[in-house]
Amino acid sequence: MLEAKGISKVYPDGTEALCEVSFKVPEGESCSIIGPSGCGKTSLLFIFSGILKPTSGKALIAGKEVVAPSREVALILQDYGLFPWKTVYGNVSLGLELRGYGKKERQRIVSPLLKNLGLSDFADHYPKQLSGGMKQRVGFARALALNPDVLLMDEPLSSLDALTREKLQNSLLSLWKNNRMTMLLVTHNIEEAVFLGREIIVLSSRPGRVVIVVENNKVGEVDYRTTEDFFDKCREVRSSIEYGAT
Amino acid sequence: MPRSEEQHRIWSYLIAGILLILLWQVIAALLNSIALPMPLDVFSAFIAGLSGNLLSHVLVSTVRVCYGIALALSLAIPIGLVSYKDTMDKFITPFIYLLYPIPHIVLLPLIILLFGIGDLSKVILIALIVFFQILVTTRDAARNISTNYIYSLLSLGATGKDVYKHVVFPACLPKILTSLRISVGTAIAVLFFVESFATRKGLGYLIMDSWSRMDYPDLYAAIVSMALLGLSLYLVLERVEKKLCAWVYV
Repeated sequence: MLEAKGISKVYPDGTEALCEVSFKVPEGESCSIIGPSGCGKTSLLFIFSGILKPTSGKALIAGKEVVAPSREVALILQDYGLFPWKTVYGNVSLGLELRGYGKKERQRIVSPLLKNLGLSDFADHYPKQLSGGMKQRVGFARALALNPDVLLMDEPLSSLDALTREKLQNSLLSLWKNNRMTMLLVTHNIEEAVFLGREIIVLSSRPGRVVIVVENNKVGEVDYRTTEDFFDKCREVRSSIEYGAT
Repeated sequence: MPRSEEQHRIWSYLIAGILLILLWQVIAALLNSIALPMPLDVFSAFIAGLSGNLLSHVLVSTVRVCYGIALALSLAIPIGLVSYKDTMDKFITPFIYLLYPIPHIVLLPLIILLFGIGDLSKVILIALIVFFQILVTTRDAARNISTNYIYSLLSLGATGKDVYKHVVFPACLPKILTSLRISVGTAIAVLFFVESFATRKGLGYLIMDSWSRMDYPDLYAAIVSMALLGLSLYLVLERVEKKLCAWVYV
């Protein structure tokens, strides 16, 4: 389980990013966080991944307070997640390397992973040589290499074109269904939030507060996207965002 | 690089070289002075020098300039890289800004006083001047690293040392190597200056010596050797950059 207990974050320059944010995500569930830009969504992910410390409040994962990055938690960032100076293979195996896995062991984990994501032929390519969709798949592969229990994502698909985006949303959905990770997805795209989040947390503009938590029980099938329920849910979320922005 | 492109490159360099020599020939013919001999005379002096002691002067100069650059690198890179941290940068930058614009070459008397008139002083003066050029570039590169790279690495479980190994150093390396390439010209100019006195070895000495003997073909043979030294260092560094920073050129 993933839990935010009254998290506030004030940066040294006085910027108030988050204010008393509390929510719970049950184990193995997916949760979308949506809100206007600059509402502290990214700060929240950095706090859960142990990179930033909250000014007050606590971030808990499986009941334990997050104080440092741990191997159970993987973070996927929007654009800068991949290191341009490392090959696809180097990027994907980096987490394992940092945690002291030997060369053979890294290969044993990374090779099938690249194969599953259709990246085997590009193992020696640099990120610059890949399309946006492929880069993002490399980002997923790197996070999955550590076999995490919790996957934190910061607008992972926002720089992709609409078609690639839907494809990767589908693969994220099947990833989640197959691996049963707890997923926390920050996005500014309403359809994406509704398609992937069993819960949708709507944050207000800065400092981010929880406006409402929308239950979204029908999530989990690819064709949910075309149903009437889906559009109703999107409308509901949209009006909550507008309410929170005022 | 594909073969045809590589060949094309070699040809264009060859043509440029020939054009420059032709230009030299024309100017020498127009000036008609012993102070600018014809390329062919210099070429024969150069060949004669190779069987004489020109090579030993080249070797001494190469060693001095390489030691100087190596010493500069070994100090400038670590200081530049740690500046990626705000706290370190706040401490280091004022020193750089106050010391960089000073013409360091005027410190020669002090350096000779401290390190004697031998090779050490010559190496240190080259290093001192190149040091600042590399440091300023490395520091600027380190300051421009997106914090997202660092966050991304930390989230994978990195410690402080890993950040240097996997982010700060590789991110700055292309800039470091470029600054190094630019510094080669400066290093050779300083080399000439430090070899123009208190030594009987090196190309700088050879230039001053043949000048005072009014042996112009020898003088120009030494100048050409110095130019070739600079060119070869430049080419080596370009190769190294292409090899180590392959990701920039893909």
